[in-house]
Amino acid sequence: MSTVPELVQLLTPEGQRVEDPTHAIDLSADELRGLYRDLVLVRRWDVEATALQRQGELGLWPPLLGQEAAQVGAGHALQPGDMAFPTYREHGVAWVRGVDPLHVMSLYRGVDNGGWDPAETGLNLYTIVIPAQTLHATGYAMGVQRDGAETAVLAFLGDGATSQGELSEAMIWAASFSAPVVFFCQNNQYAISAPIERQSRVPLAHRAAGFGFPGVRVDGNDVLAVLAVTRAALTAAREGQGPTFIEAFTYRMGAHTTSDDPTRYRLAHEVEEWRRRDPIARLRTHLEQEGIADADFLAAVEAEGEELAARIRRGTIAMQPRPAVTMFDAVYAEQPPPLAAQRDEFLAYQASFEEAGR
Amino acid sequence: MSTLNMLQAINATLRAELARDERVMVLGQDVGRLGGVFRATDGLLDEFGADRVVDMPLAEAAIVGASIGLAASGLVPVAELQFLGFSHQAFHQIGAQLARMRYRSQGRFPMPVVLRAPFGGGVRTPELHSEALEAQFVQSPGLAVVTPATPADAKGLLQTAVRSSDPVLFCEPLRGYRLVTGEVPDEDCPIPFGRSRVAREGDDVTIVAWSAAVQVAEKAADVLAEEGISVMVLDLRTLVPLDETGLIEAVAATGRCVVVHEAPLSAGFGAEVVATVNDGAFWSLEAPVARVAAPDTPYPPGRIEDLFVPTVARVVAAVRATVKAG
Ligand SMILES: Cc1ncc(C[n+]2csc(CCOP(=O)(O)OP(=O)(O)O)c2C)c(N)n1
Ligand SMILES: [Mg+2]
Repeated sequence: MSTVPELVQLLTPEGQRVEDPTHAIDLSADELRGLYRDLVLVRRWDVEATALQRQGELGLWPPLLGQEAAQVGAGHALQPGDMAFPTYREHGVAWVRGVDPLHVMSLYRGVDNGGWDPAETGLNLYTIVIPAQTLHATGYAMGVQRDGAETAVLAFLGDGATSQGELSEAMIWAASFSAPVVFFCQNNQYAISAPIERQSRVPLAHRAAGFGFPGVRVDGNDVLAVLAVTRAALTAAREGQGPTFIEAFTYRMGAHTTSDDPTRYRLAHEVEEWRRRDPIARLRTHLEQEGIADADFLAAVEAEGEELAARIRRGTIAMQPRPAVTMFDAVYAEQPPPLAAQRDEFLAYQASFEEAGR
Repeated sequence: MSTLNMLQAINATLRAELARDERVMVLGQDVGRLGGVFRATDGLLDEFGADRVVDMPLAEAAIVGASIGLAASGLVPVAELQFLGFSHQAFHQIGAQLARMRYRSQGRFPMPVVLRAPFGGGVRTPELHSEALEAQFVQSPGLAVVTPATPADAKGLLQTAVRSSDPVLFCEPLRGYRLVTGEVPDEDCPIPFGRSRVAREGDDVTIVAWSAAVQVAEKAADVLAEEGISVMVLDLRTLVPLDETGLIEAVAATGRCVVVHEAPLSAGFGAEVVATVNDGAFWSLEAPVARVAAPDTPYPPGRIEDLFVPTVARVVAAVRATVKAG
């Protein structure tokens, strides 16, 4: 059995700064305030989305509650030209990449499959089937390698995803080609009801060694540590040193999705224990102690959160389904005649109802 | 008799089969402690213990591949795939391994494996949870493909599946899990594969359907009855083996046929139905056999899915046209 890996931590749950020369990070007061703002805003978005699902405005919502620091930290480590490949839960990364939250909402409202432009935002579309995107990320990294581009690729995955064969394939190929890809695993301790003990006998970060590249476990509720570790890994990838596996050790504070009832498989005291390691509270404490954030700033961020929530609510409720005939769009570059005929039939059928309705 | 919904019928049948035969085991993602994401396996872990109700890691190929080994070792695995849409990573284990094992071993390795999976749309799920993929498995000789539409059939067909020495893909209508209720016999009632069921008698036209499309066909029959069109609804129950005789007789009796399925039109199982009718009932036909299916596009976003999967109105329109033709 392997030992528990060292946990990279730069900010304790109590908000104390830890000095760690191998993971140094130097952020300006503005940057620190920016991180705090993002954490608060993505949580506020998440709360609103969960409420909207309860009210029937979304089909489903997978909350990021508790994982804000992992996602915001990783998102900030990316450079503009980099490409990220998310799962279905990376709302915090989407936010940092500048994706309009309404694009994510439209996906879970069932209006489209994610309306943002991956090339423009550097964020690929959400991927539902686990862990298909890790192979896409590896291929993308092999591609940019051939272009000689200064681009790095960040592949997101969950702890559960590490059980799938496709992830092993992705890690093997990434290693073989020294592809500039970083595997960012949010170990939120569960794959729906399956606890991490069921997925792995060793700490996930240790798995990387078997593939021949570094594995790091970082406190996933510490935005500074996540940013430092991920930035370093992406830099190494960009410089040709190949992949890194990052295990962001965190916790899914909410249900798996709004359809899930976690009380069936985990104990309340476990959730309470993790609540004390809240990612936002510790940064706030730190910023206050350092005099970087005052009451005015904190209040302004709260107010901005309320505005954002209101915008998301309005925008989501106003979102109409696209005309049904759009289901025939973009299936092929050129619509084959049989499909075009099906489309015509579909339109004629719809028109027959409008006819009858008159 | 008890009145149960689909999930209750499946849950009760699994419980009874686990109690009946200690070689039977249930495995899959979240099937133990959680009782399955839809609760199909609710309570089984407590009753039968972790050796027989096994929470598996997130790996579909592992679930099916391990089931092959478990069966070879003498057990009867009843595996759950969380959604049929996630079966693709296991497709090799299903089509190329599980289905062929008896054949390759010249009968030495029967494969008493059941793969249960919810499938089909209409419940606003995100991408890849709604696809009706049944036809993709029909071309895996050696595998039975079973598609119950009612709780009683879910019980009877699941009993047969668990007791069969051949592998069975047991497709459960997601949309009907809680919505479709019915009387279920309390006693043992295994239903042989390859026997269709006349869900409704009628004289003018035969609608052929399976799984959730059966209820759509029945509702269409209600509408059409008001117009004086008498509709027979034939529920195929199992696609492999196909009840060719029952199908041909049902179509010959009315001389008209409409096939309804949720999967895309081209090479959907409806095409096989049409070909079978053509072979066996051609001279009884008074009109071409019509198909009502999804278009040949990927499954669309939830808010427009109701216009993708066959609706009652589309089935009604197709039946009217078939009755008018010829
Ligand atoms: C191939 C596949 N199988 C099953 C599912 C259903 N499913 C959705 S999320 C999930 C658990 C994923 O756990 P993890 O990788 O830890 O990510 P998390 O949801 O915790 O973020 C499962 C089983 C899926 N999406 N894809
Ligand atoms: Mg997880």
